Amino acid sequence: MSVDKNMNVLIVDDYKTMLRIIRNLLRQLGFVNIDEATDGSMALQLLRGGTYGLVISDWNMEPMTGLQLLREVRADAKLKSIPFIMVTAESKSENVIAAKEAGVSNYIVKPFNAETLQAKMVSVLGEF
Amino acid sequence: MAANVDRDLALYLETLRKQRGDTVKIEDIGDIVRSLLTSLSGDVSAEDLRLYQEVEALAEYIHRAKAEIAALRPQEIHDQYIATATDELDAIVGATETATNAILDAAEKLEELAAELEPPLSQRLTEATTTVYEACNFQDITGQRITKVVRALKHIEARIESLVSAFAPEFRQAAPSAPTESAESKPSTDADLLNGPQLPEKAHDQASIDALFNNS
Repeated sequence: MSVDKNMNVLIVDDYKTMLRIIRNLLRQLGFVNIDEATDGSMALQLLRGGTYGLVISDWNMEPMTGLQLLREVRADAKLKSIPFIMVTAESKSENVIAAKEAGVSNYIVKPFNAETLQAKMVSVLGEF
Repeated sequence: MAANVDRDLALYLETLRKQRGDTVKIEDIGDIVRSLLTSLSGDVSAEDLRLYQEVEALAEYIHRAKAEIAALRPQEIHDQYIATATDELDAIVGATETATNAILDAAEKLEELAAELEPPLSQRLTEATTTVYEACNFQDITGQRITKVVRALKHIEARIESLVSAFAPEFRQAAPSAPTESAESKPSTDADLLNGPQLPEKAHDQASIDALFNNS
């Protein structure tokens, strides 16, 4: 099954420049419907009010972190199956383990390149 | 005999209490121990003497340590150097963020131009903009690293603040502050002119530099 590039993608980062970078890279990959949130609680609100095919989230945000957002998403019957990629500078093994235990779909360490972003998206969504 | 010593000691302690109250400064302990020893008329054992000497040595040691800490001018480190360092680091984050956004503006314009070009030129231009987007990742990482350094500095600042508030009067008396930078202070050597970039709120803009240049 091919990936619908018209699906809604939610990117979450408290740093607006990073949102801009990810948005541009996604656009170059052909994804056009991109929403942005600057912390976990804002993201959760958007997710509950819409239909999203992918969440790409930073970890280190306040007041709700990316890990807390992931747990909320996985605990929500309506949202729990949404693919969730963590994009973060947190690169300790305990972080990766905690994210996996919380149900993350894949994990990208900052700084990252377009090739890595695409590869992780393919592993989560399938070829596009 | 022992009762005699105790009575003398009690009398002396009463005198001290009247003179100095119940709180004695650390640097006064040495004097008190010394005068106690010279005033005692009864039996004083060798163990007692050793104990008094140890207490006196300890008081002198504490006094020296405080003098050395005061010589470091912790108030000045707290007020001037750490505060300046955190401001400079915040300015780095602000300046790199501004530059990154300007680079992204330019890359987005190039990408728009790429859409108007024919392949393979359009493809090559798009690939170049992808590289620019990737490279701009640095801003987020450096920002986070600098935030960690600022947090460490603030921790040090808090520790120094505790030290200063515990010994503030003595520190103020012990060491005069180094001369601080002011508008009136004049550089005495070429090295004094090397201050690096100014913080944005303190820096002259080009217009005020021009005015200064043309009027001096």
